[in-house]
Amino acid sequence: MADNLSQPFSKSAMTEEEKVQFQREKKQQVVAFVLMIFLTLLAFLAVAADFLPVMFVIPFILLLALVQFVLQMFYFMHLKDNDHGWANAFIWSGVFIAIPTIAALMLLLGITKY
Amino acid sequence: MSTTTKSKSVLWDWLTTVDHKKIGVMYLIAGTLFFVKAGVMALFMRIQLMYPEMNFLSGQTFNEFITMHGTIMLFLAATPLLFAFMNFIVPLQIGARDVAFPFVNALGFWIFFFGGFLLSLSWFFGGGPDAGWTAYVPLSSRDYAGLGLDFYVLGLQVSGIGTLVSAINFLVTIVNMRAPGMTMMRLPLFVWTTFISSTLILFAFTPLAAGLALLMLDRLFEAQYFITDMGGNVVLWQHIFWIFGHPEVYILVLPAFGIISEVIPAFSRKRLFGYTAMVFATMLIAFLGFMVWAHHMFTVGMGPIANSIFAIATMTIAVPTGIKVFNWLFTMWGGKITFNTAMLFASSFVPTFVLGGVTGVMLAMAPVDHLYHDTYFVVAHFHYIIVGGIVLALFAGVFYWYPKMFGHKLNEGLGKLFFWVFFIGFHLTFFVQHLLGLMGMPRRVYTFLGDQGLDTFNFISTIGTFFMSAAIIILVINVIYSAFKGERVGADPWDARTLEWATAHPLPEYNFAQTPQVRSLDPLFYEKIHGDGKMKPAEPLQDIHMPNGSILPFIMSVGLFISGFGFIMFNMENPILPPIVVAVGGLAITFICMIVRSVKEDHGYHIPVEEIKAKEVN
Repeated sequence: MADNLSQPFSKSAMTEEEKVQFQREKKQQVVAFVLMIFLTLLAFLAVAADFLPVMFVIPFILLLALVQFVLQMFYFMHLKDNDHGWANAFIWSGVFIAIPTIAALMLLLGITKY
Repeated sequence: MSTTTKSKSVLWDWLTTVDHKKIGVMYLIAGTLFFVKAGVMALFMRIQLMYPEMNFLSGQTFNEFITMHGTIMLFLAATPLLFAFMNFIVPLQIGARDVAFPFVNALGFWIFFFGGFLLSLSWFFGGGPDAGWTAYVPLSSRDYAGLGLDFYVLGLQVSGIGTLVSAINFLVTIVNMRAPGMTMMRLPLFVWTTFISSTLILFAFTPLAAGLALLMLDRLFEAQYFITDMGGNVVLWQHIFWIFGHPEVYILVLPAFGIISEVIPAFSRKRLFGYTAMVFATMLIAFLGFMVWAHHMFTVGMGPIANSIFAIATMTIAVPTGIKVFNWLFTMWGGKITFNTAMLFASSFVPTFVLGGVTGVMLAMAPVDHLYHDTYFVVAHFHYIIVGGIVLALFAGVFYWYPKMFGHKLNEGLGKLFFWVFFIGFHLTFFVQHLLGLMGMPRRVYTFLGDQGLDTFNFISTIGTFFMSAAIIILVINVIYSAFKGERVGADPWDARTLEWATAHPLPEYNFAQTPQVRSLDPLFYEKIHGDGKMKPAEPLQDIHMPNGSILPFIMSVGLFISGFGFIMFNMENPILPPIVVAVGGLAITFICMIVRSVKEDHGYHIPVEEIKAKEVN
């Protein structure tokens, strides 16, 4: 018995349906990854380009950051999956704690300069 | 066969172990060593403060001791001692064979250990850190603090990683490894508090790591996050530190609550009163613990609105804490109480902790805090919480779980002597510090002038410290005496309630021969009343798959240690090697180990049924 478990399996234990699902997920992740690189490039260009006004660049890159955050959470941290209840609970309680904490910290320090 | 894996020496066995029980014992030993070290520093500081204008320690040494005492007690003594019990007891209490990631568990221990070692090395390189355990920034910047602070920053960063990975491990273990029937609302309170405390570590140690990284960049690479001349902000450090620092109090005290919630029902012979309320009170304390950090900073000048909000939020914590205190009292009420050493510690914990809580509410009042701030009143308050809360609970846990961990009881007579000497010494030391604080004695001073009304209470306080030191010596004698003459007991010496007492004796490495079927809260006690006193198995007796030991966690931690030392070398006068080589070299060791771990397949080994049967007969 002990030796059997050390052997690699000859074929995948996944069903055909699971394989299709797996391929779809893989495609989604690659697309999300490419999109995130594109968004990062966009943010970099927005800062690097001198002609854009600062008051436009800051909200713009914050928006890009938000999109990246959502992509990251849903496609790489599996927030969209149904069987990740505990992971979801932790991510949301983290968000729930982080937002008031960061808001309070910014208010207390006083945002006088960017 | 399992026998082939055990041919190595004892030392090699402990260095490579991934068994949660052995790692628990290692945490216990390492934590105790750091506890004694920091305790001796406290003793020296109290001797210095015994009489006015003493010259026992110099001011600089006093500052180094006061910093290292706080840092070691919180990060390297209290946390690992609680981790010792979490490691040893939590998998047993949920009916698991091990934690979810045994390799990561070993890694967590060794990283913590080498982080602490790195911090302690500061004594050999020009003295310890001297800016207080909070390392407030102008004091801890490169202009005012020497090499010791670099050891503080890097040592804590390294040991913080260890704490973080261990906490994540506990979270996954408690979510995924529970025995059949062990629903979340049937978890013993110690498991619940471990779970919530690990969540707090997950959310609170990340800001600490970020803050320490910023301070490191400031100190080593001339960044300017906290340098006001360059547009930095010193108050930012205080905020980041306390966003970690306040939850840290609950990281430590919640598992202490958990231990008390195990010991009191066991020796009152009643189930815990208000289990559900206890669980939700724990969650509420944890949540509120995050929202109140600025009460450490009332005197910073945040303005009346911020002060009021944080004052009220802080006082709110008294409500769930009160729920817990009353539930412990109601558990004891009408119970058939046995006052052995563990129960003495647990029952004395309740009033002592309440005293600390009351002064906590006093300090939470922002206007009055301007009077208390940086006086001995604050010192008295947090020592009532940390010694009167966490340390008393730890001693209760030691006496309660000692038979499960080492197979024999600690001597009860010596134990009770230890309790009374410690308890009296503790109150002698810290109660009078409230009065010293109200009289206006500032904290963190290395001496005081005579004839200002401070002499008597300082003297009494120091005498109390001698009592506590004597008590610890009695405990050491007790441990040694009991190892030879202690009462040898079976698997369930207390006639207890929870699953850890259902394992065989001596405790086998696989914990449970068959995973137990849990039918109620306090599963073992349920079986004692409704069944035959033994847990029903949830699976047939079969071969048990166990993980192999590995030396990699040790080497990885050594790598991080070398790397941390390399970063410190950036600020050394004449480093023997180029610092960057040492720093990168250490990281390379760690990464190579990670690659080896990823590539090399390790399927573990199996314990055959015959061997399990032979062990279970005992």
